[in-house]
Amino acid sequence: MTETGDFILQTQGLTKEFKGFTAVNGVDLRIRRHTIHALIGPNGAGKTTVFNLLTKFLTPTRGTIAFNGRDITPAKPAEIARMGVVRSFQISAVFPHMTARENVRVALLRKLGTSFHFWRGERALAPLNDRADELLAMVGLERFREAVVADLPYGRKRALELATTLALDPELMLLDEPTQGMGREDVELVTQLIRKVSANRTILMVEHNLGVVSTLCDTITVLQRGAVLTEGTYAEVSADPRVKEAYMGRAA
Amino acid sequence: MKTKLAYLLLLALLLVAPFLVYPVFLMKLLCFALFASAFNLILGYGGLLSFGHAAFFGGAGYFTGHALKVWGLPTELGILAGALGAALMGLAIGQLAIRRHGIYFAMITLAMAQMAYFLFVTSSFTGGENGLQGIPRGTALGLFDLQNNLTLYYFVLAICALGIGLIARTVRSPFGQVLAAIRDNENRARSLGYDIERYKLLAFVLSAGLAGLAGATKTVVFQLASLTDVHWHMSGEVVLMTLLGGLGTLAGPAVGAGVIVTLQNYLASGPLSAWVPVVLGVIFVICVLAFRRGIVGELRALIRNSF
Ligand SMILES: Nc1ncnc2c1ncn2[C@@H]1O[C@H](COP(=O)(O)OP(=O)(O)OP(=O)(O)O)[C@@H](O)[C@H]1O
Ligand SMILES: [Mg+2]
Repeated sequence: MTETGDFILQTQGLTKEFKGFTAVNGVDLRIRRHTIHALIGPNGAGKTTVFNLLTKFLTPTRGTIAFNGRDITPAKPAEIARMGVVRSFQISAVFPHMTARENVRVALLRKLGTSFHFWRGERALAPLNDRADELLAMVGLERFREAVVADLPYGRKRALELATTLALDPELMLLDEPTQGMGREDVELVTQLIRKVSANRTILMVEHNLGVVSTLCDTITVLQRGAVLTEGTYAEVSADPRVKEAYMGRAA
Repeated sequence: MKTKLAYLLLLALLLVAPFLVYPVFLMKLLCFALFASAFNLILGYGGLLSFGHAAFFGGAGYFTGHALKVWGLPTELGILAGALGAALMGLAIGQLAIRRHGIYFAMITLAMAQMAYFLFVTSSFTGGENGLQGIPRGTALGLFDLQNNLTLYYFVLAICALGIGLIARTVRSPFGQVLAAIRDNENRARSLGYDIERYKLLAFVLSAGLAGLAGATKTVVFQLASLTDVHWHMSGEVVLMTLLGGLGTLAGPAVGAGVIVTLQNYLASGPLSAWVPVVLGVIFVICVLAFRRGIVGELRALIRNSF
């Protein structure tokens, strides 16, 4: 009973095979509610694939996924998003030909219930502007509202993606390397931002920057060749010789 | 401010145009401008290349022709019936095609349009090879005799302006924003909770219905519904018009349609009449190679770069 109360997301034996190659192999994840949980591991360990399975961008070969105690294995990606599990992408996912404000507005629009209204003018979008600007300010993009996103530097695009994800007020946020490709300052900014938005929310993040992981994350799951190698706090995991070896193995 | 002035100027031009140019030719231009704009809604704004839009354009022509000639409906209702029929065809074809991408989408729409062509050729209500001829133009609102070309011109102008106006509004609407997002990044739109297929389907149905509106109106103008309008050539022509004018721009398709229809008209009566497809082909190649953004797209870029 407390099982499902404590854990917002649970997977059992999650497996994904690509033509004989097993990218994710029997992963049992348990994400505790209102924590920040990291998924780390060397390149190609299967982290992004796990995200794709959780959000059903890929269909698991085997295994089940439960969100809030409910089996969501058969759900479609958009349904999962509507339930409150929203992801970001490893390669920044924005709408490049729209402005920053329009990007965030599109995310806000769905709950307004007018997303099929093709006969309404631009004015129908106006009520969303304040909230959109608020979210943009939150990620330090207030000066770039009207900028076409294709012209923004990479770090700004990632920040925008975060604002767009936040616009949905997700219960569980999946962030795939939110600081990748960012300079030191931006990393700092995003780290603080993630901490800020983690209140009343659960976050599962893939992150290579161990500094970020150590400051932010309550629990860390280490993935290696598609399987869970170990799990624990940063101190526990970083002391584990197998983890070092896994990362060394990558370097060699 | 400037755009408002431009619109007023355009409106004035369109109002006096039938006194300067043969109205039937102008009406043909208007119908194709609407057809290409409707097509642009799905290609330029939806990112889906349909190769079967002739089925909607020509299909609506048959529906309207039948409604006016056999059922004797008032002209407005007849045109509406054509547009609705085309929208329903769009719903059926869209359901099958919308999950596919790129070339597969184009192939399915082409295949379905060919099937529609076959049905139109074989069924009796279309008049087969002869088409439907002598379709009555009727009156507008039961008051204005549309047999008069000038009266009909303003009637057609109103329909096409409404159609293109609706497209312009759709593009800027909340729905248009979602559509733009889907075209930009489908997976991201999905991860924001949008069932993207439903949005694409609505865009497709709208596009089909408006293409139908254009075809239905053309039928009233020429009092004829024929196989030419459902033939796959027509599907290709509208692609050409849209690309030539400028994909994803509001004015582009209308401009492209204007250029092509004008060319066809002039060439058809000159010594080059047998070479029309070749000339159009050459134009298409030049367009694709040299100015990919189309006339309006290139002009816009030019203006943007010089300020
Ligand atoms: N669609 C696919 N088809 C075939 N193989 C795939 C597919 N997607 C991922 N893989 C393979 O699965 C393995 C895991 O990939 P994944 O992207 O999940 O790794 P990752 O842990 O996210 O790595 P990185 O740190 O580089 O982002 C890799 O070997 C990859 O080549
Ligand atoms: Mg990855």
